[in-house]
Amino acid sequence: MTEYHVINGRAPRLDAPAKATGRAMYVDDIKLPGMLYGALLQSPLAHANILNIDTSKARKLPGVKSVVTAEEAGMVKYGVSPARYDENVFVKDRVRYIGDEIAAVAAVDLETALEAVSLIDVEYEELPAVFTMEEAIAEGAPQIHEKYPRNIGAEVHQEFGNVEEAFAKCDVIRTDTFLNKRQDGAFLEPNGVVADYDHNGFLTLHSSTQVPHYVMRIIAMVLGIPIGKVRVKKPYVGGGFGPKAGTNSIELASTLLSMKTGKPVKMNFTREQVFLFSRARHQFKHTLTTGVKKDGTLMALTNECYLEGGAYTSFGIATVYYAGSLLGAPYRLPNMKYDGYRLYTNRPACGAQRGHGGVAARAAWEQQLDFICDELGMDPVEFRLKNSMEAGDITCNDFNTSSFGMKECIEAVRDGSKWSEKKGKMPEGKGIGIATGFFVSGAGYPIYRSETAHSTVVIKLSEDGGAAHVLTGSAEIGQGSDTAMAMIAAEALGVPLDSIRVSSGDTDYSVDLGAYSSRQTLMTGHATKSAAEDLKAQVLGVLSEKLKVPVDEMDIKNGFIVFKGETPDFGELRSIYAKEHRGFSDNPDWNEPLTFREAARIAYLTRGSMVGTGSYKPGELGGKFKGAAVGTSPAYGPSAQVVEVTVDKGTGKITIDRMTDAHDCGFAINRTSVEAQMQGSLSMGVGEAMYEEVKFDDKGKVINANLGEYKIATALDMPNVDTIIVESNEPNGPFGAKEVGEGAIMPTIPAILNALYDATGVRIQELPLTPERVFKAIQEKESKEK
Amino acid sequence: MKKLICLTINGKEYELAVAPNMTLADLLREELLLTGTKKGCELGDCGTCTVIMNGKAVNSCLVLAVQASGKEITTVEGLETEDGLHPLQEKFIENGAIQCGFCTSGMLLSGKALLDKTPKPDELEIRTAISGNLCRCTGYQKIVESIKDASEMDPR
Repeated sequence: MTEYHVINGRAPRLDAPAKATGRAMYVDDIKLPGMLYGALLQSPLAHANILNIDTSKARKLPGVKSVVTAEEAGMVKYGVSPARYDENVFVKDRVRYIGDEIAAVAAVDLETALEAVSLIDVEYEELPAVFTMEEAIAEGAPQIHEKYPRNIGAEVHQEFGNVEEAFAKCDVIRTDTFLNKRQDGAFLEPNGVVADYDHNGFLTLHSSTQVPHYVMRIIAMVLGIPIGKVRVKKPYVGGGFGPKAGTNSIELASTLLSMKTGKPVKMNFTREQVFLFSRARHQFKHTLTTGVKKDGTLMALTNECYLEGGAYTSFGIATVYYAGSLLGAPYRLPNMKYDGYRLYTNRPACGAQRGHGGVAARAAWEQQLDFICDELGMDPVEFRLKNSMEAGDITCNDFNTSSFGMKECIEAVRDGSKWSEKKGKMPEGKGIGIATGFFVSGAGYPIYRSETAHSTVVIKLSEDGGAAHVLTGSAEIGQGSDTAMAMIAAEALGVPLDSIRVSSGDTDYSVDLGAYSSRQTLMTGHATKSAAEDLKAQVLGVLSEKLKVPVDEMDIKNGFIVFKGETPDFGELRSIYAKEHRGFSDNPDWNEPLTFREAARIAYLTRGSMVGTGSYKPGELGGKFKGAAVGTSPAYGPSAQVVEVTVDKGTGKITIDRMTDAHDCGFAINRTSVEAQMQGSLSMGVGEAMYEEVKFDDKGKVINANLGEYKIATALDMPNVDTIIVESNEPNGPFGAKEVGEGAIMPTIPAILNALYDATGVRIQELPLTPERVFKAIQEKESKEK
Repeated sequence: MKKLICLTINGKEYELAVAPNMTLADLLREELLLTGTKKGCELGDCGTCTVIMNGKAVNSCLVLAVQASGKEITTVEGLETEDGLHPLQEKFIENGAIQCGFCTSGMLLSGKALLDKTPKPDELEIRTAISGNLCRCTGYQKIVESIKDASEMDPR
């Protein structure tokens, strides 16, 4: 065990009892007096001009309180990245995908609102549409946004080192192409909101979001509400995984309807609307050329990537950069060239999803590296250990790794899986594969250009000294951040965990950029730790005056004041406390050491309410080139995985027998939550590798917009995972901690692909690995061999 | 035209007038404010609305309130007794089986329906029993462990 009392152990989550008893409030559980229900009118066509919108019949329907269109919403553009604001609350003259928002209605109940929506007449003039990358980029293709010919909404061209020169020195050079499929976030809670615009012009927006801070800014900007009057509150959120990390159409529509009616307005996406809104993983087509020397030294990589992005940009600027910048590492690769193109299509907009931008790239490359190992006759584990970066290494694209337990992770899964006993010795139809990956531990820069802190935290002591209340704008979306912050605060303040209460997810509490890019443990954690330290120093400062003991001669541990030298006589302080608590049954015993409770009460009596504040902003980060902001981070979390599979050659069905996973989280604040993030990451990776694909008909309509036909991993699909926590003590992390939520998904898909190759010798470079695709590949291989 | 129904929910008898097209999920959530029952898809795919009806785990979004008349329903709010939390609840909390929590109610009730019939299930029986309850957060492992652990506790 460590020197710590709270962190690095296994704490039950603070929110677990509420969630286990049905008491936890999610957005759809909120009911406010006089609340109206809203519904959206969305485009039934993928690409069309709007000639006319007639809302008159809808407005006349009894029970309808407001109907709004672009006329009422205005035409202020928004999105995620200010470099590409390309959305409006409602479209005015052109719809660009099936689901594009045209109007919204607020009515006394949902039934009436939906009926009113059906009464809105829209006259369309259908336009030719593009649905695939090939269609979108073709010469003369119908253009979705005026400024972007051939529908190239964003492109990136980068070269680090000199790829040409390096290839000239290589012994093996291989080119492969890889294709994944569009994913859906498939979080269990559909997005929902309750907007409450009051008569003093203050908005409280309850939303199922990962990013209250960014939503607050966009709402204020688009609807022209003074930003100080916009409060975004996140109740418990039923999962996000990235697609809830931007402002959505119902946040804006419900706010506008609440402003128009003076009543709270509730709106929810149906499950189908979740698929239409999307903002989930893009489809990526990577063409990778990798060069190595005979001894396995990695020399150069060129990466060309096309992204099918949908009708709007959302997170896409960051995505197209990440699809390049997240390769290279975790290996010592000196030369890398990247050309990325994000294409608009007439489909729902893609955005960020767990492992943002890097998951398909990782799958493509880690699979290719195994092919290269085959050509070299080199063991994939040995190859990876040989090329792996170590702490202190800086990548060719300027990622500075201050801690990096990559080798430790590889060794851990090698040993944990008994790789050496299994590789090459598995029975017919069984295979074993390894892969690695990593992710940023928080984006180094805010999404909008700003000098803002990335996180501030306020901790207020109860005036009676019995509890500390952590106030943060950070977003608990299921990952366990509230508990992590409570543990950090308890440890840094020196009190037991049960003395800490956390209120989070509210823009009124503090600035926090939210739950995305695996940032909160490191960034909010830092701010929490410094707020607790500030508070502790204040309490000890008062004690120092009262007891005439220097501050540095005292500490607070586990709820008691610790005197490093001789214990002074604190009898007078104890008497004061006791006198004020006559009749209380929980007063400290006379022979007990001085408690934090007493010290905090004395501090309050001396100085008034005790509040500690903390703030975090990353220090100077590397990279001065264009796009360097996407991928630079205070820390990086590496991961390695070994997967064992059985492949039924007669049906093409893959069974995942065993997964061994090691992740370097720097330092585990809550070991249970670290394991939980690893296991969850793997299940999302298994889903993408094996089943998940958003499918469309030839008119651009999603044909599997439900969780029956869009298949995610069930309890029968997931094996138990052997989770190994590696701790490298990150210098830039609070108590040495860094991310785990996204790095852990990186190796999953390629480890499965590599295990499949080991089992069957077939190379499948397109996801998902449906039995049909696997069976065909096996048949093709066998017929070639005949 | 509303229909009159009588049913027992968490041991309490109710006599209610409900619209004929109202689902049991909406009755619980909207009329009785038992919002621990979640709605993740309203199509019977996700299992977040699972409740126990006459001993069987059912998707309450696929049951009309009128079909529940005369039935005995247990929701997540009914798991806790005077003696405290149900062993499943205790183990879910202790083992970190809860992340976002949106699947939790359904998982607990599918777990309870299983344990009521099969007090000592093996892992495959547990995984099969919750295979209609989707979870995007946990990878199911800690949920499966928790149901197993609860089955090994003394029954309350």
